[in-house]
Amino acid sequence: MATQASRAAGRLMISPAVILLLMWMIVPLGMTIYFSFLRYNLLIPGENPFVGLENYSYFFTDPNFWPSLVNTLFLVGGVLLITTVGGVLLALLLDQPMWGQGIVRILVIAPFFVMPTVSALVWKNMFMNPVNGVFAWIANVFGLPAFDFLAHAPLLSIILIVSWQWLPFATLILLTALQSLDSEQLEASEMDGAGPLARFFYIMVPHLSRAATVVILIQTIFLLSVFAEILVTTNGGPGNASTNLTYLVYSQSLLQYDVGLGSAGGIVAVILANIVAIFLMRMIGKNLET
Amino acid sequence: MGQIELKGVAKRFGDAEVIPPLDLKIEDGEFVVFVGPSGCGKSTLLRLIAGLEDVSGGKIEIDGRDATAERPAQRGLAMVFQSYALYPHMSVRKNIAFPLKMAKVPQAEIDAKVNNAAEILNLASYIDRRPGQLSGGQRQRVAIGRAIVRNPQAFLFDEPLSNLDAALRVNMRLEITELHNTLKTTMIYVTHDQVEAMTMADKIVVLQAGKIEQVGSPLDLYNHPKNRFVAGFIGSPKMNFMTGAEAAKHDAHEIGFRPEHIAVGETGDWKGKVTVSEHLGSDTFLHVDTEFGIINVRANGNVDVHHGDTIWMTPDRSKVHRFDAAGNTL
Repeated sequence: MATQASRAAGRLMISPAVILLLMWMIVPLGMTIYFSFLRYNLLIPGENPFVGLENYSYFFTDPNFWPSLVNTLFLVGGVLLITTVGGVLLALLLDQPMWGQGIVRILVIAPFFVMPTVSALVWKNMFMNPVNGVFAWIANVFGLPAFDFLAHAPLLSIILIVSWQWLPFATLILLTALQSLDSEQLEASEMDGAGPLARFFYIMVPHLSRAATVVILIQTIFLLSVFAEILVTTNGGPGNASTNLTYLVYSQSLLQYDVGLGSAGGIVAVILANIVAIFLMRMIGKNLET
Repeated sequence: MGQIELKGVAKRFGDAEVIPPLDLKIEDGEFVVFVGPSGCGKSTLLRLIAGLEDVSGGKIEIDGRDATAERPAQRGLAMVFQSYALYPHMSVRKNIAFPLKMAKVPQAEIDAKVNNAAEILNLASYIDRRPGQLSGGQRQRVAIGRAIVRNPQAFLFDEPLSNLDAALRVNMRLEITELHNTLKTTMIYVTHDQVEAMTMADKIVVLQAGKIEQVGSPLDLYNHPKNRFVAGFIGSPKMNFMTGAEAAKHDAHEIGFRPEHIAVGETGDWKGKVTVSEHLGSDTFLHVDTEFGIINVRANGNVDVHHGDTIWMTPDRSKVHRFDAAGNTL
């Protein structure tokens, strides 16, 4: 790509893909922004007048808005905490030489291949169900009353389900990072008198920080929009106890048929995601520099 | 103090015996070099002494105390690794301070020791940089600095110069030798480069397939190699070996002449055709094709011989090395 001509040809050749991707993104975003300024309810046919920021003010004053915002942050934060800490520990375990290592690694990664609706249903019906679930059975064995997870700790239950799905991803990335650690560094620290804990905190954790940053950034993108797990387990309830922003947008636009309000919610969610992204990059982005 | 003694130390990986039982005594303050071809077990031996590998048999004594079961940090040894093994996320200062921090030394003392090491090794100008921003030679210095601050009984070097370019290698070689003269601490140095071994060592240990072939001072090894392997390994260019009639003349199965003990002239004992002549200025290395195969000759710098010339050579027969059929020196 040295000459003027080859550079021009290069731009020409990638332009269809770039234009397609741009349209794919810009058109829905533009339409969402446009709808968010209209009074547009599918149950009220007729004119769709321009109402300015009315939809936004409704969305912000919705009694479910603040709880769902808090729920979103708890959900993202909780899952990130469980998956990064758990991922590091699992990676340490899987890095140990053992018999059948290859098969164990594949098994650990397996949950990632289960689609969210299915895994949420499995958890709902086979683990957390107060009558038929495994947890209820275990409680029964010890003579304790069964705990109805989805009714009494809905957000925590969803955090557990989503963590279970994302733990393999975190483990996989962190395990690869751990394996790239120079063994001479560990030996040098051993010679320097560092015990196992000191080796972990002074050598391994700093080495893993970059991989952990990648895990956190990628997961945050997906966790802000968790939806299927909530839909098939709690439906956002009881009340609004497990409603996150994505689910709130869904309930307003599709359950209440209010396209304008839903669009406003969608735009708010986009802005929130960007705020979180900026915040994250400030906080841990420096790990990605050399 | 830093006297290390190996008594019947052996190492097996599964069924493979890497090091058969061997005995070795390293005196306090000595500069000992383990040298041998790749895979001869010299690094494994060093790692056994360091405690990074468990011995399969035998005892390691440091200053008369049995250290076989001690953890690496307890042995009071410091190691410099081939890859330097600096901690990439710490500054040079923190790298050097790390062993002291692990030993819970008070901060004021750490600062004093780090500054002292920085002064000895001349690395004060980049003490707040990270290893990634340093050149190979500077990293090497930091690795040595990290070893010095622990005030160890002995330093272990595992091929520390193999990642450096030629000029820097000569420089660091001198610096390590000077460091040894200053600190007077025992040093054990592993290398496959016999020039490093010859130039730095008080005592060379030549290893082959885990076995000690010979232990001695550089000149001792050079002048009186115990067997054919040591004779061929020590010295550059390599010794010339001959069997058959030429060897029978000296009553031996095989004989060897060092390249500098063969004179080039208009007449002589052997005739040959020069295949390559390397003019180094101070010396000329000739590779001569003869009836005995290729013979290396080291002539003086202004010998005017080139590819294709036919020359005559005469060995200095008083400097012959004679070997029996088993390869031992007669």
